[in-house]
Amino acid sequence: MFSNIMIPVDLAHVDKLGHALKCAADLAGLYGATVTYVGVSAATPSSVAHSPQEFAEKLKAFAETEAGKHGHKATAHAMTSHDPSTDLDPTLLKAVDETGADLVVMASHVPNITDYIWPSNGGTIATHAKVSVLVVRG
Amino acid sequence: MTDESANQGIPEPEGHSDIIDTEYEIGQDNIDGSVGPFGFDIHNPVFLISGLSIVAFVFYTLALPEQAGDAFSWLFDTVTKGFDWFFLGAANIFVLFCLLLIVTPVGSVRLGGADATPDYNYIGWFAMLFAAGMGIGLMFYGVSEPLSHYASSFGGVSVGEDGVRTDWAPLGAAEGDEVEAARLGMAATIFHWGLHPWAIYAVVALALALFSYNKGLPLTIRSAFYPILGERVWGWWGHIIDTLAVFATLFGLATSLGFGATQANAGLNELFGIPVGPTMEVLLISSITAIALISVLRGLDGGVKILSEINMGLAFALLLFVLVVGGFVAIMTGFFDYLLAYFQYLPALANPIGREDVNFMQGWTSFYWAWWISWSPFVGMFIARVSRGRSVREFVICVLLIPSLVCVLWMSVFGGVAIDQVVHAGYTAAVDAPLELKLFKMLDELPLTGITSLIGIVLVIVFFVTSSDSGSLVIDTITAGGKVDAPVPQRVFWCVFEGAVALVLLLSAGGLASLQSMVISTGLPFTIVLLMMCWTIWSGLQAERKLG
Repeated sequence: MFSNIMIPVDLAHVDKLGHALKCAADLAGLYGATVTYVGVSAATPSSVAHSPQEFAEKLKAFAETEAGKHGHKATAHAMTSHDPSTDLDPTLLKAVDETGADLVVMASHVPNITDYIWPSNGGTIATHAKVSVLVVRG
Repeated sequence: MTDESANQGIPEPEGHSDIIDTEYEIGQDNIDGSVGPFGFDIHNPVFLISGLSIVAFVFYTLALPEQAGDAFSWLFDTVTKGFDWFFLGAANIFVLFCLLLIVTPVGSVRLGGADATPDYNYIGWFAMLFAAGMGIGLMFYGVSEPLSHYASSFGGVSVGEDGVRTDWAPLGAAEGDEVEAARLGMAATIFHWGLHPWAIYAVVALALALFSYNKGLPLTIRSAFYPILGERVWGWWGHIIDTLAVFATLFGLATSLGFGATQANAGLNELFGIPVGPTMEVLLISSITAIALISVLRGLDGGVKILSEINMGLAFALLLFVLVVGGFVAIMTGFFDYLLAYFQYLPALANPIGREDVNFMQGWTSFYWAWWISWSPFVGMFIARVSRGRSVREFVICVLLIPSLVCVLWMSVFGGVAIDQVVHAGYTAAVDAPLELKLFKMLDELPLTGITSLIGIVLVIVFFVTSSDSGSLVIDTITAGGKVDAPVPQRVFWCVFEGAVALVLLLSAGGLASLQSMVISTGLPFTIVLLMMCWTIWSGLQAERKLG
């Protein structure tokens, strides 16, 4: 049913992604799909990497670890953004096109009052992406 | 398992660069969490110290306006009179240092690694450099400064009983000589808007870009001090440097916002008869800050970049209009003549010691240098963020020479036409008007006044928005320990407080004079920071070159 599952990952907060990572891996096993791990970074040094190149290498290593753990096919796709605080949604939507994914699995927090002002990334992607989006809470 | 073409989201390979090996991890001193539903990720203690001081400052000024007003004027006098030589001397060093970078082999080092490519094209890049770097100032001083210097030069020298000059004319003035007074006035104006301010910006921007893109350190001011302080830069020394940068930026911005509000108010009064006064200024600053908030929420590419490009288009149209109706040939002749006058008077104007024109040197030049220096962390960081992939030579030439030339053109057109109106047409309304009104009075004499004045007001407001927005972005990055992906509510906090500082200083404690005294006093310690940066840039570039 799905052949390419995209999952956005924040390498600085991998601990919060447990459910979504597991869910994507299980679905990949079920449909024999490839999981594409997408990371977004600024060109400036961050807590994850000193340069976009190093960021891409770390993301690739993360994808390999996940693939080894769950036994599915995996690729990594690193994106750079000028202003990740505000550009995350459009950058992820661009990644959906670039990777040719047919399903997006995304972690999201439980909605609260601020979602009226700043909608969650998961919510925005589900509204605007042309492919199916599975938003995983918690 | 993994795909070799996986890295296609990255623009280009980075190539070699001399990464500094440090134990420090970006964000390791940060506290993250949430206040109610709002998330935050801030540097401890830089955010806390600067945030609390600013809040305390706003309340102090509101509670004891008179006492605060006295303190501000004392500060202004002490710093401008006691340290004028220091500001002037330091600014000369920055210009010479930039010229050195252009001509020496270190100019070939590329920001972001040997093979990095630029993030933005020239048009977007220049628009952002400009809107961030001068913006409101060009609108406020474009007509008023050349006219003021012209009038004071024409008026000649006057000496008080104590033997100190009481006039405000630059150098030896040009009493009764219309042509020379115009040349001297324009030379002095170009001096304040040309090479010196842009050299100050270039130094800070280069330091940030080099230590962040090439050395892998966080994008904050303290990173540039790694060659001097080593690992201690992550401790209190670094906290002090970053906090100073936040203060300088905040007060520098608030001054510009104060100018912007006064000028927009004066323009609206001239055009629509809207009353001038505190109520209107409160309304203006609040509503423009609200517009800035929308731009903040839209981010770098969706907010500042688009607004900057719109503004450059409008400013260019206004420039072209004044150029055409004001007499193209005369103005262009003036442009070259004024440029010549600038180089002719430059050594005397830049001389830091033994000056007789004390009012001009302290009241104009010292204040300007302090103002540009207080803006430099903000403009410098902003320039650094959009300049990855340029070579050092290209970077310095583009940040130093091209904006300087555009400033000369801008001043020649607006100032030249205004001076021409006085000299040849005997039109004195602009020369007699207060500073904030001079631009509109000059436009009054040209055709289509209604439209051009309206464009003038729109430009002031949009420059206000871009400054406030990019300022919030920069302060947020510094107070988040160099993180550029901190939660957006923090930027909202800074944007609101920039407006608040501008408001309380403008309204309650002596108006623009109090803003200027805060600029000068935060600019002073930061000048020392900048002087040390020249050395760290030099040593950092040498290390890059050895590697290449």
